[in-house]
Amino acid sequence: MAAKEAVAMAEPKKKSVAPRADAESMAARQRDISVSEFFAKNRHLLGFDNPRKAMLTTVKEAVDNSLDACEEAGILPEIAVIVEDLEPGRPATAKSSRYRVTIIDNGPGIVRKQVENIFGRLLYGSKFHRLKMSRGQQGIGISAAGMYGLITTGRPMTIFTKPKAGQPTHHIELAMNTKTNRAEVNFDKEVKEFPPKRFRDLTPGTRALAEQGGFLTESEFPTGTSVSIELDGKYQRGRGSVDEFLELTAIANPHARFVFVPPSRVTEDEEPDVLAAAEAGAAAKATVTTETNGVIVYPRGVQELPPETKEIQPHPKGIELGILLQMLKDYELAEKGGTLYNFLQERFCRVSASTASSMCDAIGVSSRAKAGDIEPPQAEKLYKVFQESKLAPPPTDCLAPIGVRQMLAGMLKGVRAEFYAASSREAEVYRGRPFQIEAAIAFGGELPGDETARVIRFANRVPLLFQQSACSSFKAVVETAWKNYNLSQPRGTLPVGPLVIMIHMASVWVPFTSESKEAIADYDEIRKEMKLALMECGRKLGTYLRKRQKMRREGERRDVFERYIGEIAKAINAITGDDPKAIYEALLKQAKSRTAVADQLLDEDGKVVKEDLAETDDEGVLIIPDAIAPAVAAATSTPLAPLDLDGKAKAASKRGARKAAEPKAAAAPKRAAKPEPESAARTELRARAAKAAGRGKAGGEDGARLF
Amino acid sequence: MAKQKTAAATASSKKDRDAATEKKIVVLATDVAKRSLGGREPIVRVPTRAKSNTIWNKKKGILQMGDGAQERQLFNLGQAKSFMQTMLHSSSIKDLIGAEKTLSLRGMFYKGLHTVAGTKEKTFADQDESDGILEDLEVSLGALREELHIFAKKAGTMVGNITIIDSGDEIDCRRMGSGGYAIPSIVEPDVIKFKKCDAKFVLHVEKNTVWSRFNEDRFWEKHNCILTEGGGQPPRGVRRLLRRLNEELGLPVYCLLDCDPWGHYIYSVIKQGSISLAFESERLAIPEAKYLGIRASDYRACGLTDDVQIALNDTDIKRAREIAAYPWFEGHKGWQREIEGLLNNGFKMEVESLITKDISYVTETYVPERLKKKDWLD
Repeated sequence: MAAKEAVAMAEPKKKSVAPRADAESMAARQRDISVSEFFAKNRHLLGFDNPRKAMLTTVKEAVDNSLDACEEAGILPEIAVIVEDLEPGRPATAKSSRYRVTIIDNGPGIVRKQVENIFGRLLYGSKFHRLKMSRGQQGIGISAAGMYGLITTGRPMTIFTKPKAGQPTHHIELAMNTKTNRAEVNFDKEVKEFPPKRFRDLTPGTRALAEQGGFLTESEFPTGTSVSIELDGKYQRGRGSVDEFLELTAIANPHARFVFVPPSRVTEDEEPDVLAAAEAGAAAKATVTTETNGVIVYPRGVQELPPETKEIQPHPKGIELGILLQMLKDYELAEKGGTLYNFLQERFCRVSASTASSMCDAIGVSSRAKAGDIEPPQAEKLYKVFQESKLAPPPTDCLAPIGVRQMLAGMLKGVRAEFYAASSREAEVYRGRPFQIEAAIAFGGELPGDETARVIRFANRVPLLFQQSACSSFKAVVETAWKNYNLSQPRGTLPVGPLVIMIHMASVWVPFTSESKEAIADYDEIRKEMKLALMECGRKLGTYLRKRQKMRREGERRDVFERYIGEIAKAINAITGDDPKAIYEALLKQAKSRTAVADQLLDEDGKVVKEDLAETDDEGVLIIPDAIAPAVAAATSTPLAPLDLDGKAKAASKRGARKAAEPKAAAAPKRAAKPEPESAARTELRARAAKAAGRGKAGGEDGARLF
Repeated sequence: MAKQKTAAATASSKKDRDAATEKKIVVLATDVAKRSLGGREPIVRVPTRAKSNTIWNKKKGILQMGDGAQERQLFNLGQAKSFMQTMLHSSSIKDLIGAEKTLSLRGMFYKGLHTVAGTKEKTFADQDESDGILEDLEVSLGALREELHIFAKKAGTMVGNITIIDSGDEIDCRRMGSGGYAIPSIVEPDVIKFKKCDAKFVLHVEKNTVWSRFNEDRFWEKHNCILTEGGGQPPRGVRRLLRRLNEELGLPVYCLLDCDPWGHYIYSVIKQGSISLAFESERLAIPEAKYLGIRASDYRACGLTDDVQIALNDTDIKRAREIAAYPWFEGHKGWQREIEGLLNNGFKMEVESLITKDISYVTETYVPERLKKKDWLD
């Protein structure tokens, strides 16, 4: 190493014979760097660091765009994500492969002349210049994905877009010229079909789903856009995968329906499917995530779109001096001779006429002074006045939180737990920008109990999959005292237990730590709100857990009683000759009614649950009673060895007895005969719960009790 | 002829008693069964064996059990197991009565011992659990231990001018060698009959060592009496036998106990009955029993030396005050003075302390003198 350095150091000396560069020669080499070129070289900044992540980023950018477009146009999103393996015969050791990623939406479509701009230019878009809550912000995403595809495969992007119902569809293929930051159209034709029929016949799974009307049905896509990008990538499940992204996106966007067709072949470790296969017929209608023949359907959980958000002007406290100077310049350009007085009122929010004039006074200029005449020292003064003045916080109607009920619906379909709680905070402000924090937790059920909690993070409904520990939300989770809510939490880490924690930040401008939008910057105001939201959820969970503990205790009490009842019945029989079975059953009945609390959540119809938990503050709480049964029953149910009335007790171990307990056995408790956890009945129950969650008015932010 | 008749009568009375006991058990079990089938909570009433539920019957001069009782409930986490055990032992006792056999406390523990069906739990964790349940059953059923066909281990010795018949064997208590006759735990007339008695009184001493001193000196022969000991606090068998000697044969009972709160308490138990067996006082207590010594004043009266003093500790002082406050001692001037004397002395004295005077001082001088002077507490 040292030797190498030495050589490197020595090299310039050898070359010193050649004439050194001078300003002239250097100037000859200095020229514009196009943004596209810059990002082509620095693709990791945009999330294309490696083949696997490139695949994810491509899907993510396209899906984000589709959702934004649908919502802006007021359409309930219907999005298909199709990943085709173009090199199915590659060796198993290949690190990457060529894929074609296609995203089809039922959005408003794109007018022909904008296609090149939207897909072919970096930093072109409608979202960067406004303060409005949306998924995308900079206008880099989809064109960067196309660029990446072009660089790695040389293949252009294929776009089908139908901007008007009943009108032809544009079929365009375009490649980006990185030097000019402009797209070059290779193919441009008008076609009839949309969405492209080809995909319906892609796999047996897609065919089956299409036949049921659940996949790319023409009538569902009166308008829309389809983007296909060929790229060098890698499809692998697990953390940070396309699957996880879609799963989380579905949770944060319960109003959207997603169909995902993964490639026929998965690189490397092909994990068993996490999701239980439901009956084929149910796939198209069910309200929980299902997988049939490899096609995964994330159904729609709620039927209403998020409320439309308003665009706001910046808040005086939320800008920097440089931006103020630029704004003054822009204003002068737009409104020749516009006054500072007007500028303040028009270009900022929360500045009234009187505030504007007092600001003018404060920097010693007349309110008639022209914006263009403001000198930098005056602007600096103005900037200071901004910081000192008392202004109302920015309006919050620019934010569209997911909502308590919607979060519950989203969690319900994506996470198989027994307890769900959600809370939505009031809007707050950081650096003059409004934001709103929401949190939800899912507990128990099929979640692994001995692992640390899974934190799922969202910014403006977009899942954040990487750099968890750098994220403000992660710190908020760690700093929350989960021990107060009956969970274990080793010092300075995430809580441990069957827990999924969801945090969502909605804001007109989410402060990401980098361009690849992976972690939320750690502002005190933001972290504080996150912690408060988590504490709200935690309290609900704590209440529930204490309740459950009480049930367990009652169950243990019953255990004790039931244990001795058989002995007592036999003893009485020996003394009085009374029928031991009759006495046994009579006492068992008493024991059960005396420990009824233990049964509350075990009832099949879950009615008792409602009554019982009504006492607690269960706003924004959802409980799946059936999901609890296996866990609690294991702890509480006394497996009663069938009473042997001949005197000899059957030597049956606890576990054995439980298995032996059949419905017909007099002693067998009802719950022992429950079907397997993931039975059809269970799926149905979930569907019911999901329906319940999905019902109701859009304004139901109070998270009405659902059970 | 007469003898046969008595035997027959005893047999039939035994049968009647067994039938009565059996009936009590059936009533208890039937109540539990009825409650169970009727959807009511099964309970067993267990009279409270505590000082709070003990009544001093001044007229009879004995302690009696009050009406206080606790309900033993099946559906109470702390009582469920003992409820089950109560039922198990009830059933075992019925078996014993049916088989006309008796078992020791330990035997009963084993009789009821098995693993609860479907678990790994034993019905009784140890004999203490079982013993407690049997004591509860005695009071719940209102039946004596022997009526339940249960006996305790022997602890007590007798020697003297009396001939008894124990389970058909004639025993002359004058010919018991140095060991004496071991008093069984069941001494009811169907087990022990008094055949012939020349003795004029009973001398009961606290422990075996003192008893041996008296036996070796043939005290019972010289003074024509019966000599007993109960190994500290006398067990029921000894107390019942003393009571029978007192009641049936009209023999006065004198007690020679240590001069300490413990000795006073033993006397109290012999005389009035104990708190834990208050329900049996009627047949165990000897209100006429007399306390012969050692007295607090004997230290001076007998001219004992400092060496025999055993200092009173805090517990002793506390205990002495408690005893002084017993209703049956409270209004008794002699006893108040006696306990005060003990506390003023500040030390205890054992019966054996008299040996410092002479080996046989207690048998040849102390007791005969006291008896002659009728110097006792009563």
